[in-house]
Amino acid sequence: MHELEFLLAILVATLRAATPLMLSGFGELITERSGVLNLGVEGMMLVGAVFGFIGAVSTGSLLAGFILAMLAGAALALVFGVLTLSLMANQVATGLALTIFGTGFSALVGVSWVGTPIAGLATAIWPHLSSAPPVLQQLMLLDPVVWVAVLVPFAAHRFIYRSRAGLVLRAVGESHDVAHALGYSVLRIRYLAVMFGGAMSGLAGAYLSLCYTPTWTENMVAGRGWIALALVVFATWKPAWLALGALLFGFVTIAQFQAEGLGIDISPNLLAMLPYLATVVVLVLISRDATRLKLNAPAALGRPFHATA
Amino acid sequence: MDARVAPARLRLANISKAYAAVVANRDISLGIGPGEIHALLGENGAGKSTLVKIIYGVVHPDEGGIFWEGDAVAIADPNAARALGIGMVFQHFSLFESLTVAENIALGLGAQESIAALTLRIGEISRRYGLAVEPTRHVHHLSVGERQRVEIVRCLLQSPRLLIMDEPTSVLTPQEAQGLFDVLRRLASEGCSILYISHKLEEIKALCEHATVLRGGRVVGECDPRIASEQQMAEMMIGGALPVAHRPAPAAEGKPCLIVDRLSLPADEPFGTHLRDIAFTLRAGEILGIAGVAGNGQKELLHVLAGERLAPSAAAIRVIDTAAGRLGPTARRRLGLAFIPEERLGRGAVAEFALAENALLTAWQHGGLVRGGLIRFAAVQRYAADIIARFRVVAAGTEARGDSLSGGNMQKFIVGREVGTSPRVLLAAHPTWGVDIGAALAIRQALMDLAAGGAGVLVVSEDLAELFEISDRIAVLSGGRLSPPRRTHDTTVEEVGLLMGGHTAGPAAAMAGVAHAH
Repeated sequence: MHELEFLLAILVATLRAATPLMLSGFGELITERSGVLNLGVEGMMLVGAVFGFIGAVSTGSLLAGFILAMLAGAALALVFGVLTLSLMANQVATGLALTIFGTGFSALVGVSWVGTPIAGLATAIWPHLSSAPPVLQQLMLLDPVVWVAVLVPFAAHRFIYRSRAGLVLRAVGESHDVAHALGYSVLRIRYLAVMFGGAMSGLAGAYLSLCYTPTWTENMVAGRGWIALALVVFATWKPAWLALGALLFGFVTIAQFQAEGLGIDISPNLLAMLPYLATVVVLVLISRDATRLKLNAPAALGRPFHATA
Repeated sequence: MDARVAPARLRLANISKAYAAVVANRDISLGIGPGEIHALLGENGAGKSTLVKIIYGVVHPDEGGIFWEGDAVAIADPNAARALGIGMVFQHFSLFESLTVAENIALGLGAQESIAALTLRIGEISRRYGLAVEPTRHVHHLSVGERQRVEIVRCLLQSPRLLIMDEPTSVLTPQEAQGLFDVLRRLASEGCSILYISHKLEEIKALCEHATVLRGGRVVGECDPRIASEQQMAEMMIGGALPVAHRPAPAAEGKPCLIVDRLSLPADEPFGTHLRDIAFTLRAGEILGIAGVAGNGQKELLHVLAGERLAPSAAAIRVIDTAAGRLGPTARRRLGLAFIPEERLGRGAVAEFALAENALLTAWQHGGLVRGGLIRFAAVQRYAADIIARFRVVAAGTEARGDSLSGGNMQKFIVGREVGTSPRVLLAAHPTWGVDIGAALAIRQALMDLAAGGAGVLVVSEDLAELFEISDRIAVLSGGRLSPPRRTHDTTVEEVGLLMGGHTAGPAAAMAGVAHAH
């Protein structure tokens, strides 16, 4: 019984740690499938986290917080879109700037909200969470956003491979010139994909500040945006692999706490490095097979589109 | 034309279009009747592409009217063109490599239809016209001929009443081209009009019943290509008498200057071709032509010969008397090898550089252009000016930027630069591709003169007529394998064409299907 409880705890903790990666990762997957590389995921997550928190505290409604977070993420992505799609700025540089901007902006906006107490989503739904029996408590911790994150890979797979809109998305990411020649509006599709990516990053950020650790602290995303970016490459732009990668990284993230619980004596600093170390190792392994990477990567990724005619 | 009793399927009246300062189309009028195969003939830059883009709604004319079956229409975008019943097969295929045939076709139709239902319709059309396509295959596995069939099937699924074919045979073997003509004739007999764009006169004579000739953005003539001679049409296209190239008397058999021995090399790209057991000997004073449809290993072979990629062993490639397989491009140039690459800007020259600087890029080892590590700019200017004068390159001067020249003039400059280094071996990749007739003649003449002067020249080209005109021997590259070179006198276009389509069973079988469709 004790072992089962422990396994359940690991599973729940893994799912919860994987949720922000899953959400922002799939947002970025859709963005990149349209041929746009947005490196601003970290910044959009931070902005989502702070606006989600502020929205929830000031309205008293967590739902309002989530909606505001998604709008904030999408708005920041829209700025990125205007710069890179309409004004054809360099996508890599603009994405990096977006992250730097998001980091500073979220700290500025959130400065007076640091330390404000708020009830997390799970507690808001189950007021008796803390006094519930352990097994039930674990299940209660799986809040609706986690369930959304569990469903996202299936929805994304259906969308990308089974729907017409997904086909058009892949086509635009593969060759914008051909898509344009066939009469598809490349920029409109890319704007939509970029803004969807922003909204998903915003939601992922709000999950951190409203569910995972219900509080706002400066720079609380702590590199998860970068891991999500790396995961998209790790998954070679495939939904199933991305889901697997997010779970794996979720597990690595919680490994440090579990190791402590099991009494394994490793420096917590070393364990805290694990997710980032794993990212580097996995990326190196993936990059070794250039052919596989080329076959699956959206061919137009990062290339600006000029409508020549 | 305009005074026909029945309204023309498509009539253009006084179409004009200008880009910035360049007038691409001026006052163009033409009419295409139902079931007519109409040729649009002209050199590169004559305005054919712009006109076609206007008809297909990609570009909007500045002036003039478009009449579809008698009614004035404005074609806002390609979707509007398709809605009218205009289909187009692009010169550079508009297919997505990573998607399947059915997905590609679905994207081109723009209508909501399940892939399964579409697959059935694809099968139906493909049987009816003998156009073999497999809906579930990925496009990157397909040969060029198969890709074109996918494009045609995509058009036919919309039951077009006007089909535009933009240089459709430039990438086909002669036999595949014959199969295509059969399909086009059948479509025309069913009432579909066809606008056929090409500069290959023999095709137009064989296929079309009316031709409109463009030059410098204007209509300069119309004719019935079944009656007019190729000579007459060519003169209309270039606006003057056709110069004739002449081959200097062949020298006696020279010494080997480039020996390739059992060269195999895996592809370095996902859609590349593996080279298998390539072997040939190029002798001083001869022109060896390598025929084949692009994508059969030409790029890979040229890269490994020029030194961009290294051969697995030094002995696989011998330049003059040196084992050069493991040497880089500069070392090979030092041995007397020169290279005219396929891509003019990007490989052959730098777009942002002045012509003089571009000349220096490969010629710096010759003629005292560099002394003691310092560039002698006066000598470089003279070298570039010589090329411009000798090859009649149309440019603003030695300081003109590479991208300010037309494709043909840039190519003449690059040929001049390489020939000017007096190479002992010259590799020329598609030397006259996309070059107009006059420049092509000058380039061929330069290659023949170089061979007559004792250099070995290797020409890789898709243009069989060109290879038969200038080569002493011809070999065919197909699926990464090279056929044994044969004397040009002892072989025929048909034989070479069979070898071009030969090795891969798929396209050949499908081609037979096309040929026996009736």
